[in-house]
Amino acid sequence: MPERMLISGNNAVARGAIQAGCKYFFGYPITPQSEIPEFMSRELPKIGGVYVQSESESGSIYMVYGGGLTGKRIMTSTSSPGLSLMAEGISYLAEQEISAVIVNVVRMGPGIGTGGQGGQTDYLQVTKGCGHGGYHAIVLAPASCQEIFDLMQLSFHLADKYRTPVMVVTDFILGQTEELVELRSLDFGPLPEKEWALVGKDNRGGKRVAHVAAFFSYQGILNYHMKQIEKYAEIKKNETRHETYMTEDCDLLIVAYGSSARIARRAVEMGRARGLKLGLFRPITLWPFPSLAMEEESVRAGRVLVVEDSQGQLVEDVEAFTKGQVAVHLLGMWGRHNPGGGGIIHPERILQEVEKLNGR
Amino acid sequence: MPRGKIEIIEEFCKGCQLCVHFCSKECIEISRDRFSPNGFLLPEFVNEEACIGCGICGWMCPECTIDVYRYVED
Amino acid sequence: MEDSSSEVKKITGRPKLRIPTLGMYCPGCHYGIITRIICEVLEELGIEGKAIGLAGVGCSFGGAPMTIDVDWTSCPHGRAPAMATAIKRIYPDAMVITVQGDGDLGAIGLGCFMNALVRGEHFTTIFLNNAVYGTTGGQMAPTTLLGMKTTTTPTGRNVENSGYPLHIPELAATMKGVAYAARCSVHTPGNFKKAKKALRTAFEKQMNGIGYGIVEFISACPPNWGLSPLECLDFISDKMLEEYPLGEFKNVDQIG
Repeated sequence: MPERMLISGNNAVARGAIQAGCKYFFGYPITPQSEIPEFMSRELPKIGGVYVQSESESGSIYMVYGGGLTGKRIMTSTSSPGLSLMAEGISYLAEQEISAVIVNVVRMGPGIGTGGQGGQTDYLQVTKGCGHGGYHAIVLAPASCQEIFDLMQLSFHLADKYRTPVMVVTDFILGQTEELVELRSLDFGPLPEKEWALVGKDNRGGKRVAHVAAFFSYQGILNYHMKQIEKYAEIKKNETRHETYMTEDCDLLIVAYGSSARIARRAVEMGRARGLKLGLFRPITLWPFPSLAMEEESVRAGRVLVVEDSQGQLVEDVEAFTKGQVAVHLLGMWGRHNPGGGGIIHPERILQEVEKLNGR
Repeated sequence: MPRGKIEIIEEFCKGCQLCVHFCSKECIEISRDRFSPNGFLLPEFVNEEACIGCGICGWMCPECTIDVYRYVED
Repeated sequence: MEDSSSEVKKITGRPKLRIPTLGMYCPGCHYGIITRIICEVLEELGIEGKAIGLAGVGCSFGGAPMTIDVDWTSCPHGRAPAMATAIKRIYPDAMVITVQGDGDLGAIGLGCFMNALVRGEHFTTIFLNNAVYGTTGGQMAPTTLLGMKTTTTPTGRNVENSGYPLHIPELAATMKGVAYAARCSVHTPGNFKKAKKALRTAFEKQMNGIGYGIVEFISACPPNWGLSPLECLDFISDKMLEEYPLGEFKNVDQIG
């Protein structure tokens, strides 16, 4: 029977990574995720792992690049401004097809933003290419500490399976919230050997491996891109994930991810108790986005309310993916109970918005 | 005869006690039950007679919230 | 008893440039004392009207701009030297000052910092060294002492994992484009006076068109050192000064 523990979302990130066999962490403190490097600095030496505190996020991502080339499971974590610094590095990881896990504990942006309150203002950054060249990282968005622990394990599996960087996106609220988590080991199936890893010719029977720019290794950058197009199509086909709650007969579909989805789920429960026919569509992969499933659910419901703690980023994709077939409304960061700072969108506020849409 | 005096502007005091520590004449003590508007335990200028107006408590106050005066000789 | 009609002369109080607001610093933090020194020196040299300050990320980020009455900008982490370069080159008569902490200057900003020194920029840096990352909760900094426990060196900083503490003014002193490099502290009144003199010298190097100046201030961080403000003073005299000697490492009237 796996152990159960009361831990925070940040703690679940670190424990989930270690559960997946990741023993190497390269990172830098930044609010609200400093608990992750702190945990790693304490625990990794105990299991023969390595913790390096880099000079900055630019340092961390290139340490991840180097560490990833060894074939071991490696990761870093940061928050929004740090992810911007990592953008070039992640583009390189994608070009070189290196498996790596990057955790972004989102804080409000842009600029310095604020570390001490929630925010979901990184949707565009993580899904539309955090860095040049138009690559895609798989983006996972858990909505509970248990899911963080589970998806961290999935992230390493997907990174290895497809040789791609994978981003796990949480936020300040999830990072600091503590919940009961079952520390279970998840097995996602067999993985191919990492023949591409740099281990020295002696460890590969005398054969060498050289990582050079894709336009060398693929004999033309176009060949590289054609291969990636195939790879992304396969990822879209196999790895898209979402969850629905009470959508079978709803007449208003709420679309939300991460901490907003937790709040929206409660709003659906409360609304149903009052006779409102609400349902929740929760994307779990932000890329590849479950667009077909969401379109189907939206059209069946007839109306969509996007709830996100931002100025309106997820809503752009929801509008695009529903192709004008349904009315799409947005409850953004102005729905916080304390707009000045440190506010949260409460379930009751979501219901107020629903009542407004219902003409009351 | 005191050669100087101080005024602690309590609104900005953070109760760090550096003034108490640095006063060479032990003029300042931490009160037991008086708090600043922000909840910090306040220092008090208790030993007025001994003050020489050296200014050190004022220099060392991180909140710049102690005014120090010296009496002018006639 | 004092004569109530005696005249008094004000010896010291809130400096003119110190905005009357509750500072963001923790009780016992030395940044407040350093703020006083900056205000007094700017006023004594008469340069507050020309001053443009750049605050790095860390406790100085909001603290300096909100407490010192000159033009300010906050900067992205570590990038103050780059921004200061541009401002000083565009306004050579401005008094350009960067205020940075150990992570901002010594970790993420080390590249920016060294390159500004390579180019021999003419601004002045105030480097705040409290041997930890204060704002983010006490993680290791490049200036953390060997054996010092922080939240990312729970068993104490060791050389094998994290190398040796970083000595910034000594490093700056090796660069030809640097006119002044010094380290001081404010943990005693005597050191307060020396620190004020050092900062004045550094500012004068800029005012007289001589070159780059950096003054490192050893500072206390009570919450992250786990010490009371008064205990911090002993930590500075016993441990910090053992690793980081005070004094001037370079003071020239002509660079090169």
